[in-house]
Amino acid sequence: MNIFMLGWEFPPFISGGLGTACYGLTRGMSELGHHVIFVLPKPVSSQYATHVRLKTPTKRTLAAAAALTDATDEEGAFTAYKMKELENVDFLSIPSALQAYATPDIAAKVKRTKIGDADPDFDSDDPYHDASMTTSIIEDAGRQDGGGEDYHGDMFSEVRRYARLARRLAAGEDFDVVHAHDWMTYLAGIAVAEATGKPFVIHVHSTEFDRSGEHVNQEIYDIERRGIHAATKVICVSHLTRNIVLARYGAPADKVEVVYNAIESNGDSAVLPPAIKKDEKIVLFLGRITMQKGPEYFLAAAKKVLEYRDNVRFIMAGSGDMIRRSIEMAAEMGIGHKVLFTGFLRGDDVARVYKMADLYVMPSVSEPFGIAPLEALSHDVPVLISKQSGVSEVLSHVLKVDFWDVNEMANKIIAVLKHPPLQATLREHGSFEIRKLTWNDSAQGCIDVYQAALASAGR
Amino acid sequence: MPSICFYFQVHQPFRLRRYSVFDADSNYFDDHKNAMICRKVAEKCYLPANQCVFDLIKRHDGRFRVSYALTGVVLDQFEAYTPDVIDSFRRLAETGCVEFLCETYHHSLAFLYSRQEFVDQVALHRQKVEDLFGNVGTTFRNTELIYNNELADAAHQLGFKAVIAEGADHILGYRSPDYVYRPPATPIHVLLKNYRLSDDIAFRFSNRGWSEWPLTVEKFSRWVNQVHGNGYTVNLFMDYETLGEHQWKDTGIFDFFYHLPDEILRHPHNSFRTPSEVAEMHEPVGEFDAPHLISWADTERDLSAWLGNAMQSNALKELYALESAVKAKGDDDLLNDWRRLQTSDHFYYMCTKYFADGDVHKYFNPYESPYDSYINFMNVLDNLASRTK
Repeated sequence: MNIFMLGWEFPPFISGGLGTACYGLTRGMSELGHHVIFVLPKPVSSQYATHVRLKTPTKRTLAAAAALTDATDEEGAFTAYKMKELENVDFLSIPSALQAYATPDIAAKVKRTKIGDADPDFDSDDPYHDASMTTSIIEDAGRQDGGGEDYHGDMFSEVRRYARLARRLAAGEDFDVVHAHDWMTYLAGIAVAEATGKPFVIHVHSTEFDRSGEHVNQEIYDIERRGIHAATKVICVSHLTRNIVLARYGAPADKVEVVYNAIESNGDSAVLPPAIKKDEKIVLFLGRITMQKGPEYFLAAAKKVLEYRDNVRFIMAGSGDMIRRSIEMAAEMGIGHKVLFTGFLRGDDVARVYKMADLYVMPSVSEPFGIAPLEALSHDVPVLISKQSGVSEVLSHVLKVDFWDVNEMANKIIAVLKHPPLQATLREHGSFEIRKLTWNDSAQGCIDVYQAALASAGR
Repeated sequence: MPSICFYFQVHQPFRLRRYSVFDADSNYFDDHKNAMICRKVAEKCYLPANQCVFDLIKRHDGRFRVSYALTGVVLDQFEAYTPDVIDSFRRLAETGCVEFLCETYHHSLAFLYSRQEFVDQVALHRQKVEDLFGNVGTTFRNTELIYNNELADAAHQLGFKAVIAEGADHILGYRSPDYVYRPPATPIHVLLKNYRLSDDIAFRFSNRGWSEWPLTVEKFSRWVNQVHGNGYTVNLFMDYETLGEHQWKDTGIFDFFYHLPDEILRHPHNSFRTPSEVAEMHEPVGEFDAPHLISWADTERDLSAWLGNAMQSNALKELYALESAVKAKGDDDLLNDWRRLQTSDHFYYMCTKYFADGDVHKYFNPYESPYDSYINFMNVLDNLASRTK
């Protein structure tokens, strides 16, 4: 099957689970023999360019690029590349900052094409050209998304630009189905599906209600709702998310399916320097420090734990718009010296912090899925997750707690620190359990949904 | 000439309340929930089933006989929450057609951890049953039919004439469970559960996917009659809660049970016997050699439901490590609490086997996960330990 996939981030340029999921799914599809054209709005930043094995674009993608050469505008250029381990995936990326990757080494291998905005196809009431979005809303959206540097700036115009360019790119491609990941790509998906008449599948990795609680950004909500109703089929990452999609967006139940995320088997046993010798226990929070992730509940539980025992340190690894508030809270609670903020961790630092941790805690207020606990388990760290998470639907051998129940959270944290047999049993069964969650199965789940979408579209 | 030997296990644990590490009182048990469950099961099972047995005994003029093992902890709960159940068992005892078996008072795994505690609990149970019902048989059953040669020996030393065990295939081999056996080195009679026929009633009765569904009294009697010439006794051992609780009333389980004796006794050579009667009537035909521990649980018939993971063995070890400190304290409440924590159910709840598959283990589990049950238990145990100091 040929899939035209619209994404927003992809490793190594990721700030959260969305990029990880896109990588896992496309890799799974590639291994199952399906062909994916993965369209991305991201720049290839020179800092991480070494992680991407740039390849000479295929004839097909060159043809797509050629289709765009008549564009006259300087707005953007397009890059085609492949990644070594993803044989059947062609990446088409629309850089937003040309100079970022314009090193001679890469530039030599990349076919770049200018595409544009001054497009006769766009009429004045083009929905992707909506000028009514105010700056304040746009900035608000960027902030609420909590993605830090990857999402800053003029989010909505990026989304619209992406939709325009995706539609143009799609014209030169041959595919069976359009698959769009999260709200930033829904407009692009709608545009491509309308232009080509192909079935349209959207993948809900999170909703505005997860990110912002009840204070939803109306603009984003409207885009999500539009995407959900325009889609032939909707894939949700959990039943938790499916329920939101049904209840809050009024989606017909029969077109919304659940496909769980997965975890790559942790094959690489990178030799790391031994963890620091420690006579204290370490409890880890690793994720974006935003309202959605419940950092204040983590701190409240930490305080309770520290009232009971002293030799514990709490590490909060990640960045986000609540980091400052969290630091202040820890200080106000008088546990500042016991809580360590590391900022955003990458690569070996992540593996190192897992190696030190006795327990990973994900106290999310609302977590559509939550891949991070799977990663913790794959690093042999036992896990405590909130019941308000999609991943709790697939994991049995973890501790679960209501995010607001900080007493119970503390009770369970203490138990893990105090009873090695508990830690050992969780670790043993947990690492076994995650082996059943493979990206190939998730990819197959998506393929099944495509087939259903094709069938319902009468093809 | 086979006799049917019914033995019903009657048991309810003292379930723990949610006990956090921040709790400091010594009220460990969920009185409200325990009372509620006791009442519910009494209505659905114990009272109607006892009435049914009583009617059968009257109707068959003493030819219908059954036996029960009522754990000490369930008797405590009946006395506290549903005294009418005690009365109805008394009424059965007065017919003279009912045998009460002996076991550890607290339905515990004491045999595996402390021989002294084991002996004490058996004595306590014997006393309790005698006090309540005036008779106690000469047959012993250990918690969950946990058994090996050593257990048979311990039962013999305590004066029992017979002991009950699972008719485990890996020990019996081609031999039938429908005879009486003896352990290699102990003069005691071993009665073995016929797990096929027992489970036909206990587990499969209402299973519509079972090829023999629906199970009729005619069909079941036919299977019993097939034992003619090939055995002395068909030992049907099961939880009493099978009647009305595991198999609900609307499955027809009570009708089946009520009409079964008619059909069985239609054959003039058939009879109903209690375990002590069976042991009295028949000499062992061969050896039942169980050097390793067996039980009646799961398909493994081993101890993995209570001792299958690190949490379970840790909890049990820590619990029994307190024995001398608890006993030295001379505090009856403390001793009683410690003993109620020994009930095997607490460790069964910690079982991780099949946990992810959601099966029979989950059905009987008041906790959301085995981890929750371990954490709760250890918090209670911690507090109990502090009381020994």
